Amino acid sequence: MSIRTVEMALSTPGLDAEGRPVQVPLGVGGRDTAESRIPGHYDEDFGAEHMLVNIGPQHPATHGVLRLVLELEGETVKRCIPHIGYLHSGFEKLGEYRQYNQIIPLTDRTDYLSPMANNVCLALAAEKLMGIEITERCRVLRVIACEMSRIISHLVWLGTTGIDLGAFTPFLWSFQERERIYNLQEAWTGARLTTSLTRVGGMMADIPDGFEAGLREFTRTFPNTLREVDTMFTRNAIWCGRTQGVGVLTAAEAINYSLSGPMLRASAVDYDVRKDRPYLGYETYDFDVAIGEHGDIYDRYRIRLEEMFQANRILEQALDRLAALKGAPLNVDDPRLILPPKRRAMSDMEAMIYHFKQVMEGIKPPVGEAYMGIENPKGELGYYFVSDGSAKPVRWRIRPPAFINLASLPKMCEGALLSDVIAINASVDIVMGEVDR
Amino acid sequence: MTPEMKGFLLLTVIKLIVVFTVIMTGVALLTLMERKVSAWMQNRMGPNRVGIAGLLQPAADGLKNILKEETYPAEANRVLFLLAPALSFIPALLLAAVIPLAAPLPVDFAFTLGPLGAFAYHGLMPVQVADLPIGFLFVLAISSMGVYGIALAGWSSNSKYSLLGGLRASAQLISYEVAMGLSLIPVLLLSGNVSFSVIIAEQQRGPWYVLPLFLSFFVFLVSGFAETNRLPFDLPEAESELIAGYHTEYSAMKFSMFFIAEYANVVTVCMMVATLFFGGWDIPFIHWDESGGVLPTIVTGLIFFLKVFFWIFFVMWIRWTLPRFRYDQLMSLGWKVLLPMALAYVMVIGLATYLIGDVAHIASPVTRGLILFALNLVLGCGVFLVLDRGNVVSGSERRRVPGRRAAPLRVGG
Repeated sequence: MSIRTVEMALSTPGLDAEGRPVQVPLGVGGRDTAESRIPGHYDEDFGAEHMLVNIGPQHPATHGVLRLVLELEGETVKRCIPHIGYLHSGFEKLGEYRQYNQIIPLTDRTDYLSPMANNVCLALAAEKLMGIEITERCRVLRVIACEMSRIISHLVWLGTTGIDLGAFTPFLWSFQERERIYNLQEAWTGARLTTSLTRVGGMMADIPDGFEAGLREFTRTFPNTLREVDTMFTRNAIWCGRTQGVGVLTAAEAINYSLSGPMLRASAVDYDVRKDRPYLGYETYDFDVAIGEHGDIYDRYRIRLEEMFQANRILEQALDRLAALKGAPLNVDDPRLILPPKRRAMSDMEAMIYHFKQVMEGIKPPVGEAYMGIENPKGELGYYFVSDGSAKPVRWRIRPPAFINLASLPKMCEGALLSDVIAINASVDIVMGEVDR
Repeated sequence: MTPEMKGFLLLTVIKLIVVFTVIMTGVALLTLMERKVSAWMQNRMGPNRVGIAGLLQPAADGLKNILKEETYPAEANRVLFLLAPALSFIPALLLAAVIPLAAPLPVDFAFTLGPLGAFAYHGLMPVQVADLPIGFLFVLAISSMGVYGIALAGWSSNSKYSLLGGLRASAQLISYEVAMGLSLIPVLLLSGNVSFSVIIAEQQRGPWYVLPLFLSFFVFLVSGFAETNRLPFDLPEAESELIAGYHTEYSAMKFSMFFIAEYANVVTVCMMVATLFFGGWDIPFIHWDESGGVLPTIVTGLIFFLKVFFWIFFVMWIRWTLPRFRYDQLMSLGWKVLLPMALAYVMVIGLATYLIGDVAHIASPVTRGLILFALNLVLGCGVFLVLDRGNVVSGSERRRVPGRRAAPLRVGG
């Protein structure tokens, strides 16, 4: 083997001494000559043992701008090196210059397949920092937001994974359902992506008229589509062959890689934040958590499918509670946290003062720190705040489930085939907005 | 040259033009059909803007591809890069020349055409460009030429995706050709001839070959899917892995030619299935279609079209339903399942025909067909029981595929 290592060859191409862009070589592990020992020297690639294939950042199956460099021997993957950062936006740093409520729009753009759940997590983290107890109706609405997000995210996952494995039709079936739930989300928040649904101590908006009926109709008919997809995939010999026993992670490996969410549960580790560190009163809802046995793609698929059924169950229960809480207050009754109604702010002296202070100064939490983790569709999403008592956090840190889950990709791809890499990558369920932040 | 020879030549040229036009138009309409069928399965509308119900969509697509810029990748081998689409396009079109499209048409004419001299033709004209005595052997031989186009396209593009696609295609086509060829031996055993017209005539006397040779039909259909690079065997162009496989670097008309070749191959395979196993242009249970005449020719032509249409629809149905195989699974399916199956089946059918014909002295093709059908029922059930155990796909651990809630669930809190 020559000393030309994959890392050297595959570092994001820079410029050579003469200012020309350095090319990624065709192969590695070729002849071991005196020249090939010189660092940075590329002799001709003829005779290389392994071929290097660059997948991404504009490949149809990398779900965004992930770049994978594969060292192939035939079609067998010897090494897989993910390159990330193409979508880096510096959200965490941006958050340090914003008041807590102003950070919420940033969370929309991290995991852009479940913006509502991100909003909820941020509000919860800020409330934990400030020691605020939210109202019961707000809790129920946030549960609805979280579970809607779970369904949206898993539907996208289901469809795109189907496409990655060659099945196109279920993609459109699941996107049709996603469209229905997006319409509901749009009616509630006014946006399909940048929802910014929550505020510290409450919600940005109450649900509109007809939302409950629409969501009920959705929960009634949605499982039918899921069952159709179930029929298409679960017992399909080709699907089973492509997914069973591929990308296996044992329970110990999954824990060591710090995985969370469906990835972790597929490896037979029984951990769900909703059950183990309940928030928003999840302990009072009746739902099951699917646990896999084999830790392969198939189990991840089964678990995500089951989670959609369970999310549907939770939505039904939450809707029942919402009906019982009709007319109950939505936001906390604290003028220092919640903006007064516009009409009063313009006519009432006291309301105007509170409005002014909130807008100009922001909400000031006590000195301290807080971490809030919730069960996002992709795993445990955590927001960590350090506060020095000012209206802006000193440090805002995201625990991005997709990024941490993605770290296990090279391990799973080792020894797999080229087609498996695509399937494994799909099963991780990454969103590059969250990975690169 | 005698007037009869000139008449024959004239008819052949006319048939050539007709068949070529029909195939090319059919292929264009197939692209529309594919989109409409997929739209129907996916609760969509499909193309409906160009012309009535989108009927002019293929024309618009064709025009677009003609007007697009022809690009060449840097350092591509230009000669082979240009040659490859033609190499896969020509065999695909050649194949349709030998398949009978309808019952023979009685033709009777004699006329003189200026300096060209006298033309004459008397008798039944087979409705196919060439009634080759080597029949389906010609189809097998020419269809294996198509692999050159794909392999060269993959190699000459100077792209890694194309190379992988081309390699996959060569391996896949060569592997499945073996199973395909073997699956046709029982047809030869039963009909005693490789000529398509004889095979159709034999099926008119007895049951369609799908009954006595069901497993042959099954193997042929599966290998046919693989030969045409259609899902679930579309690994050479696996969109999610290799972008577009061997034609990643192709644009404009050169890409169109690969596209047309693929659909022309689909048409040919479906014609083969209809001819070899579903009686070709035969209308079952009646003999009016064999009486000869203009009307029977038209009706049998329509019947043949319907049969082919059904199988084309079937191909599309499969494409929009199933996921894709993995490369090693594809290979093990071809070499470890289909090939031994076809080989064993040749022996079984050989033994059975010997026993029926030479030992039991049953000469009636109907009785023979029904006996073989009974044998196939048993064999078919056995084969599908074995296949359904999850053995088809190697690399998968055998696992009970349970119901929806079978993943152990933690209940309650």
